Amino acid sequence: MSRRAVVTGLGVVAPTGIGLEDHWAATLRGRSVLGPLTRFDASRYPVRLAGQVPDFVTKERVPSRVIPQTDHWTHLALAATDLALDDADARPADLPEYEMAVMTASSSGGVEFGQREIERLWRDGPRHVGAYQSIAWFYAATTGQISIRHGMRGPCGVVVAEQAGGLDAIGQARRVLDEGATFVVSGGTDAPFSPYGLTCQISNGRLSESTDPKAAYRPFDGDAAGYVPGEGGAIVIVEDADAAARRGVSRVYGEIAGYAATFDPPPGSDRPPTLRRAIERALDDAGVPPADVDVVFADAAGVPELDRREAEAIGAVFGDHGVPVTAPKSMTGRMYAGSGPLDLVDALLSIRDGVIPPTVGVRRIPADYGIDLVRDLPRRVPVRTALLLARGYGGFNAALVVRAVPDAVAAADGTTVPR
Amino acid sequence: MADRTLDELRDLMVASGGVDEEVDLSDDILDTTFTDLSYDSLAVLELAGRIEREWDVVVPDEAAADFQTPRMVLDYVNERAGVN
Repeated sequence: MSRRAVVTGLGVVAPTGIGLEDHWAATLRGRSVLGPLTRFDASRYPVRLAGQVPDFVTKERVPSRVIPQTDHWTHLALAATDLALDDADARPADLPEYEMAVMTASSSGGVEFGQREIERLWRDGPRHVGAYQSIAWFYAATTGQISIRHGMRGPCGVVVAEQAGGLDAIGQARRVLDEGATFVVSGGTDAPFSPYGLTCQISNGRLSESTDPKAAYRPFDGDAAGYVPGEGGAIVIVEDADAAARRGVSRVYGEIAGYAATFDPPPGSDRPPTLRRAIERALDDAGVPPADVDVVFADAAGVPELDRREAEAIGAVFGDHGVPVTAPKSMTGRMYAGSGPLDLVDALLSIRDGVIPPTVGVRRIPADYGIDLVRDLPRRVPVRTALLLARGYGGFNAALVVRAVPDAVAAADGTTVPR
Repeated sequence: MADRTLDELRDLMVASGGVDEEVDLSDDILDTTFTDLSYDSLAVLELAGRIEREWDVVVPDEAAADFQTPRMVLDYVNERAGVN
């Protein structure tokens, strides 16, 4: 029998802010936080806008011993992990070390650290490449550093599936609860901004070259012209419900009720894409009929062909305008491995507060998309069950279902929505 | 050339590997093991790389692997300074 996976802690380090409530207030405000890419001099690159974490002071949030060994993306995750552990009121030192697991996602890896070391290699020669390059750049570095820092010796892993990976990591977190883990640090961050990091992304042909932050990323708009990349993400604490109760947790945000991943057929195949199948399997895994889903957090590629395909998949399962759809990532940009976990945070807070955060920047949705997009302003409505979608470049699809646990649903008359 | 001192080595250690919260590098650490200073093998390897680049003393990986304490590093460096 499967164990029940509940979320008990949320840690956010995102363009919308550091910390849960700052992020949530900014998200409900419904204003884009995209701006000029400043992490490096991008003036000669065709992509100039980004979502960047504001006011992140590394030495205040990451132990000095760890800073020179790790990339910015790992720094963001270590900081988010501290926030999540604190939110869950969990002290790893008090928990069984072999029952604590770490499952994160990464997409770009340590491209800022790697940029620096590769520059040294070409400028000065191989003896000038630091020893830490060997552990800083690779995808598992964040999981490894979290595991080391907090003494978590249970199952550890990393999922690399571009934007889909963040939801896949949560799916893996739920899975390892059946393998003896009781407490999982999961989610993910990305920090994809260095010259070579950005160049890798540009090669997919889906990034927006607009320089107008208000118009650059408008998913589901007929004039959508690509997406803006972002950095940051979220780390969440996933626990076995019984173990969490034994630990005496006072707050459960919700349950990871269902998950599925599919892979698309190759380009040119006559078989259909598989996002719809991912949705159906995740709902089936959760035992949730489509009519019970209160909101869909969309992948929201911002590329018309992909937006249309996602709208069709949602319509095929839920019917024409059959469910509210939203994409708060329109405010932050697509954060790759960080986006799915941040959507999870938003979905759980939607359940808590009875409000769906908006999608911004969208002017005109083609009528045949048939989607009920929550636009510009948050929508107050009780939320018990949310479906999250993510697609990764190269054919990855992931779908995750979260639902309220008893006592975790707010009435829709909450007063937490700022105007 | 004057011998390298523990203070100079401390600076290099801070620059290469940072300092653990539990460790005070300003103590008399000459014979404290790198393990006790929270410097793992990779941290010592990074330190060896810094010594090569900044002090211009070649430290092969095999020599770095034998470093147990700051004194062993300074002895190695000071024996070879000017020889290379």
